[in-house]
Amino acid sequence: MKIIKIIALVLLVAFVGIQFIPTTRNQSDTVPSTDFMLVNNVPETIQKKLQISCYDCHSNNTQYPWYNKIQPAAWILEDHIKEGKAELNFNEWDSLSSRRKSSKLRSIIKQIESGEMPLDSYTLIHTDAKFSETEAEEVINFITQLKDSL
Amino acid sequence: MNLNQILTIKINNKMSKLKSTLGIVAIAFITLTTVSCKDGKKEQNTVDGDHSEMSADEDHSKMNHENSDGHSDGDRKEMAMSGDGDSELILKDYFNLKDALVADDNAKAKELGATLVTSLGNLDILSNFSDTQKSELKDIIEDAVEHAEHISESDIDHQREHFKILSKDVTDMVAITGSESTLYQQFCPMYDGGSAWLSMSKDIKNPYYGSKMLDCGRVQNEIN
Repeated sequence: MKIIKIIALVLLVAFVGIQFIPTTRNQSDTVPSTDFMLVNNVPETIQKKLQISCYDCHSNNTQYPWYNKIQPAAWILEDHIKEGKAELNFNEWDSLSSRRKSSKLRSIIKQIESGEMPLDSYTLIHTDAKFSETEAEEVINFITQLKDSL
Repeated sequence: MNLNQILTIKINNKMSKLKSTLGIVAIAFITLTTVSCKDGKKEQNTVDGDHSEMSADEDHSKMNHENSDGHSDGDRKEMAMSGDGDSELILKDYFNLKDALVADDNAKAKELGATLVTSLGNLDILSNFSDTQKSELKDIIEDAVEHAEHISESDIDHQREHFKILSKDVTDMVAITGSESTLYQQFCPMYDGGSAWLSMSKDIKNPYYGSKMLDCGRVQNEIN
């Protein structure tokens, strides 16, 4: 019994302890002029879908739910955001060359088609980020058009 | 219960509270120091990466290693800028990668993807190119590096997807840099709505299907 108590206490202390470690918050008030939505003529339904499903990790502004302000969830999220933004940042879309845009659009299509993105660990809680079949079709059609127009 | 007893209990309570607070502070301190130590090491690594005046081989192994333990956008750009390698080395690594895909060898293709990241990053953008050529080459390399990076960490289906765009990048690179030997642009109409690749020989060995459909395709274009 005593051991369990000690372990519980250690865990608790560690849990409280890690809360002191600072994380960088991915938040910004301004949307740069290079943003995907600003330079492309994106239909409203698709704008909404991309913003809900992609922008949390692929832009400079994340909508943080309360549990993501607590460690270790905040770490996991921070890592995903860092990786996500390195791969693709919708806010900086127009700074890419057309070669790179074409590459990115192709990857977006493939990832939505195969269901790789949004990540399962993300849609587990953000159920509204999931793509229904029609939503996926709509978005893929739009992205394909955009890619062909480059 | 007399006053004395109550006081002792209160003091005991306070003591244990103090203890756990102390514990929390200590753990927080320890984690903070370890975390900041780690950061310090990382910084040193990137600084090390800047010194690229070593032999090409040494460079290779070092860069590969760095690639495996983390890749930030910053590293990527830095690698795309510097270097004294030439386009022939890129072609050699590209063809090795192509052969690995022809042989359905996922592990080898991963390895060669990483090698290609290095040789792409080491391309010396010669000063006798025009400004537009220079900026296009930089663009091509940046794109190709990203696809090579993905190839270095994906399953074979993904590797083939990225190989398609990588092939276009390398073809566009050759249009600027030229190549010492004759290259054949080959084309398979079945894979992903039609996909091209480069080869040193006329014989068709399809990197998109491997053993499944080794001879799908035809020579589309002869370069040089």
